Amino acid sequence: MSAAHWRRAMNAGAAAVANPVAHVAGATPAGHPVSGGWGIRRRIAAIRPRHLIGLAALLLYPWIATPFFTFQIGGQSLALGLIALSLTFLAGSGGMVSLAQMTVAGIAAYVVAIFGFSAADHISLGWPWWLAASMAVVIATIAATFIGWLSVRTEGIYTIMITLAIGVAFQYLCVQNYSLFNGFQGFQKVEAPVAFGVNWHDATPFYYLALFCALGGYWLVQYVLRAPFGLALQGVRDNPRRMNSLGFDVVAHRVAAYTLAGFLAAVGGVLLVWYDGLVTPGTVGTGALIKILIIAVLGGMRHPLGAFIGAVIYVLLQNFAIDLLGNDYRERFNTVIGGVFLVIVLFSPDGMLGWWVQLRTRFAARRGPGAETRRLPQQQGR
Amino acid sequence: MNPTFRRWLLRAVIAIPVAVFVVWACADDAKLFLRTLLNGVTLASLYFVVASGFTLVFGLMRNVNLAHGSLFLLGAYIGWVVGDVTGSWLVAVVAGFLVSALAGLLLQVAVFRHMPGQDLRQTMFTIGLSIVIADLLLWGFGGEIYQFDPPGIIFGRTPMPFIKAYPTYRLVMLATAIVIGVLLWWFLNRTRVGMMIRAGVDDRAMLAAAGTNVQMVFAITFAIGAGLAGFGGVVGGTALSIAPGEDTRYLLASLEVVIVGGMGSIPGAALGALLIGLAEQFGLAYAPTYGVVFTFVIMVLVLAFRPQGLMGKRG
Amino acid sequence: MDLKRRVIGKGVLAAAVALAFAGAAHADDVIRIGVLATLEGPFAAGGQDGIRGAELALKQKNGMAGGHKIEFVKGSSNATPDKAVGATRKLVEQDKVQIMIGPLSGDEGIAVKNYSKSQPGVTFINGSSGAQATTLVDPSANFFRFHTEGAQWMVGLGEHALAKGYKKMYLIAEDYGFPYSQVQGFMASYCAKGGHIVGKSWVPLGTKDYSSVVSKIPGDIDAVLVVLGGADAVNFLTQYEQAGGDKPMVGGTITVDQTVLNYKGKRRESLVGTPSAGPMADSLDTPEWKKFVSDYKANFKDGFPSPSLFAFLYYISTKAALEGLDAVKGDLSDGQKKYRAALQKLVVKGPAGDIRIDENRNGVGTTYITEVVKNADGSLASKVIKSVPNVSQTLGLSKAEFQKMGLGSRDVPNCP
Repeated sequence: MSAAHWRRAMNAGAAAVANPVAHVAGATPAGHPVSGGWGIRRRIAAIRPRHLIGLAALLLYPWIATPFFTFQIGGQSLALGLIALSLTFLAGSGGMVSLAQMTVAGIAAYVVAIFGFSAADHISLGWPWWLAASMAVVIATIAATFIGWLSVRTEGIYTIMITLAIGVAFQYLCVQNYSLFNGFQGFQKVEAPVAFGVNWHDATPFYYLALFCALGGYWLVQYVLRAPFGLALQGVRDNPRRMNSLGFDVVAHRVAAYTLAGFLAAVGGVLLVWYDGLVTPGTVGTGALIKILIIAVLGGMRHPLGAFIGAVIYVLLQNFAIDLLGNDYRERFNTVIGGVFLVIVLFSPDGMLGWWVQLRTRFAARRGPGAETRRLPQQQGR
Repeated sequence: MNPTFRRWLLRAVIAIPVAVFVVWACADDAKLFLRTLLNGVTLASLYFVVASGFTLVFGLMRNVNLAHGSLFLLGAYIGWVVGDVTGSWLVAVVAGFLVSALAGLLLQVAVFRHMPGQDLRQTMFTIGLSIVIADLLLWGFGGEIYQFDPPGIIFGRTPMPFIKAYPTYRLVMLATAIVIGVLLWWFLNRTRVGMMIRAGVDDRAMLAAAGTNVQMVFAITFAIGAGLAGFGGVVGGTALSIAPGEDTRYLLASLEVVIVGGMGSIPGAALGALLIGLAEQFGLAYAPTYGVVFTFVIMVLVLAFRPQGLMGKRG
Repeated sequence: MDLKRRVIGKGVLAAAVALAFAGAAHADDVIRIGVLATLEGPFAAGGQDGIRGAELALKQKNGMAGGHKIEFVKGSSNATPDKAVGATRKLVEQDKVQIMIGPLSGDEGIAVKNYSKSQPGVTFINGSSGAQATTLVDPSANFFRFHTEGAQWMVGLGEHALAKGYKKMYLIAEDYGFPYSQVQGFMASYCAKGGHIVGKSWVPLGTKDYSSVVSKIPGDIDAVLVVLGGADAVNFLTQYEQAGGDKPMVGGTITVDQTVLNYKGKRRESLVGTPSAGPMADSLDTPEWKKFVSDYKANFKDGFPSPSLFAFLYYISTKAALEGLDAVKGDLSDGQKKYRAALQKLVVKGPAGDIRIDENRNGVGTTYITEVVKNADGSLASKVIKSVPNVSQTLGLSKAEFQKMGLGSRDVPNCP
């Protein structure tokens, strides 16, 4: 099969994954002027009660949940969700499935440990937390750009493979190098800072910190998707040749998408190292790379929200699958995780979000033609 | 720069350091160099056996079967049980092939047939499947280490010039890989089904339009590809050993091999296996600390500068 | 779209609340103990046997300790510190276990020790993880290790190798913390008494084909020191034999443990005669050990012919946890202060000798020098050659001497 076939085949897959975003792209010019962006007033007008209720639920969550649920379920889901969001953005609107997003997050985590504080004080430089964290985001974003520059030469499945190769190579580098990455044991005691009188490693502060970053990332992706760059990127995904002849620099758009995704993953990586309190080669191992892909697919790549839904499901499964089984089968929880994943892949190509859309379509249809026409464009558009 | 010059420059950039290394290594310890060379080639033959099935399936169906490692492990475990019961290593090899071939056939008929052209979904499905299979195998066979008992005649040492002696089994592995390579070539080039498969690799739609039962061809290819994984499981389990975690290792190795060599190309798989096997063994012998990174660096470089792989076709 | 978030958010909340209550709803007279082991991936065999060891210790006391019924809550990791801490946190904060036993491997142990500092109300007892740094560097007041660690397990083997006439040896070991410790335990005395390790091959983790490492072993040595574990040890042994290797071997603690001695294949004969050292030995001739083995065999038909190192370590750790509870009659009040004081004073009469703990809460006990022998039924076992009592974490050196040497690494110690 030729490369052109390849691209088409892959785009067919990617388009199926990211259809609604394409619809957004198609629908937006009709509803709103694209280039002008949204005015503040318009944006406030776009806020619906359900937005506020959702936000209130997220804000109130730590007051209802136990610290364990706030931290290990809530905080971890938001941090992992942010990393998965970077993949959702790349795959959904750029058509590029990168397994190296966890590697980017891991680079950020390692930089936090190397420049900040850790148990390995012969390596860690002991810089203040804000400097170490911003260094981490900058360096990881640069690394992501480089990974993107290498990867955009490939297409489809090959992109998955090259990013997997980069990820595994980085893991081996971490395992073998002691002078910088501290080898197999990595860095322990990389604690979240105590700043502004708050210990950010405590459950509730960490949750709010993660929530703030996650909402920021969510908003950023939503914004970019409607901005000219996002629209051009979706054009590049759907038909690179046409975009090229229209005068768009296809490679530059793709690399820039990696940079933006890298930034999101880097922030997620900083959160993750503060959450775990450690970073080791296991953090960026093959299992971890695939974990991010699983999260993105579980939730669905149709919408940025999918990344977070996938993360919640994954984290809940990881923690509680062992309890769902009887005492004799406690050790079989991996079968449960894999099984749930299989069911979702088999019966809902677009993850949990796809399921939701199917359900809604069905109910809307039952309610009569009026309801259907009223609802359909919205659910596709969003 | 003119293209011919550039090509020669590139070749020189690769060839000169390699030549310098070979001269230095021979002068330093010729025996070590020769042994490492043989080790690399024989390891490559194991990788080739496993990866050729992977590349065959990919070549025809564009199906990245990430459960290939699980088929490897499945064939190996069942093969071990059969070998233990019958007491024959050869029966175990055959059983390994058949079991995995059957599992592959089942996969193709029950699942992949129903999701054509959905690459990402297939990839996801096989990832999920490999998680489940690995866990079920761990359940069934425990975490112990399994090793096969080949006939004594292929398990000793063979006298060799310069290096005195070399493990016979590794030479057998090399011969096996060559035989499989030749058989695959014969099958693809000289049999009717093989020609259909090749036609399918080049243009699937055309093959279907010509009235061929494409599903049949797909099923046969998948069975052979999966069977080779199981075959490799028994052969590899004899040279090394079988334990949980081996599935991921061989999957990664297969991926490297076919990506370096070019997806869907049997000669490419041979070349890729050779490069990866040599890089691994020379890395281990001469630069153990960072040797493991070598194979992945090779893969990244190949993908970055020749995305279709060394022997892959450019469309 | 946004409705989705709300509904799913609600669902999550409901699930969270339900699970939170489920977690809290347990009877007061039951003491919950978390047991964390590696049940996934390459170390799974060891993890499974570790769980057997813990279960055996509880069964021997009929599921009771200190007048309370004991309930185990199991957790699994995949030998990475992240997962070990995640699973531990879940057991402690969600399942509300009061005592934690685990984890299995070295770096997991360090991570869980660090986590233990944030949970002063819970007592952590190491499962089988054998990293030196866990208790030597920055110890935690509520983390106990009731067994000796990787370096201690090799004390005395150096002298034994010299006594066998192995003056020049070549080292092959995996390239990470645990083998560094093991090699240090061996070399500390071996080098001091005039032995030479002429070369070291640190093999990257995950290496399966050792043929090129085998090729590098020089011809003019007396023996090879092999510190590999599990599948790697088997792979190396097979390939060494196939390549015509004829030097005697000296093994690390997990090189010739039960997982390796019982691997499914017939080529185990070459292991016979290999000296090794560890905190236990299969053929120990004491009534305590024999009872331990017969109980293990009676309870676990699917287990190994004889309990593995992991079963032994988890057994002794669990036994310590339960005996501590007996000593305070199940009183875990006052932030478990009394319980910890009892643990500190506890001398565990283990199947392989008594274990007490030092001021860093690390085990001081006996190391056994063993050699592999073949039983009448064809299975292999390790036979005790001699025992080294009271091995401390400073490997018999003074504190100052030990600190001068530093913790084991690729280059420490060195005596080419």
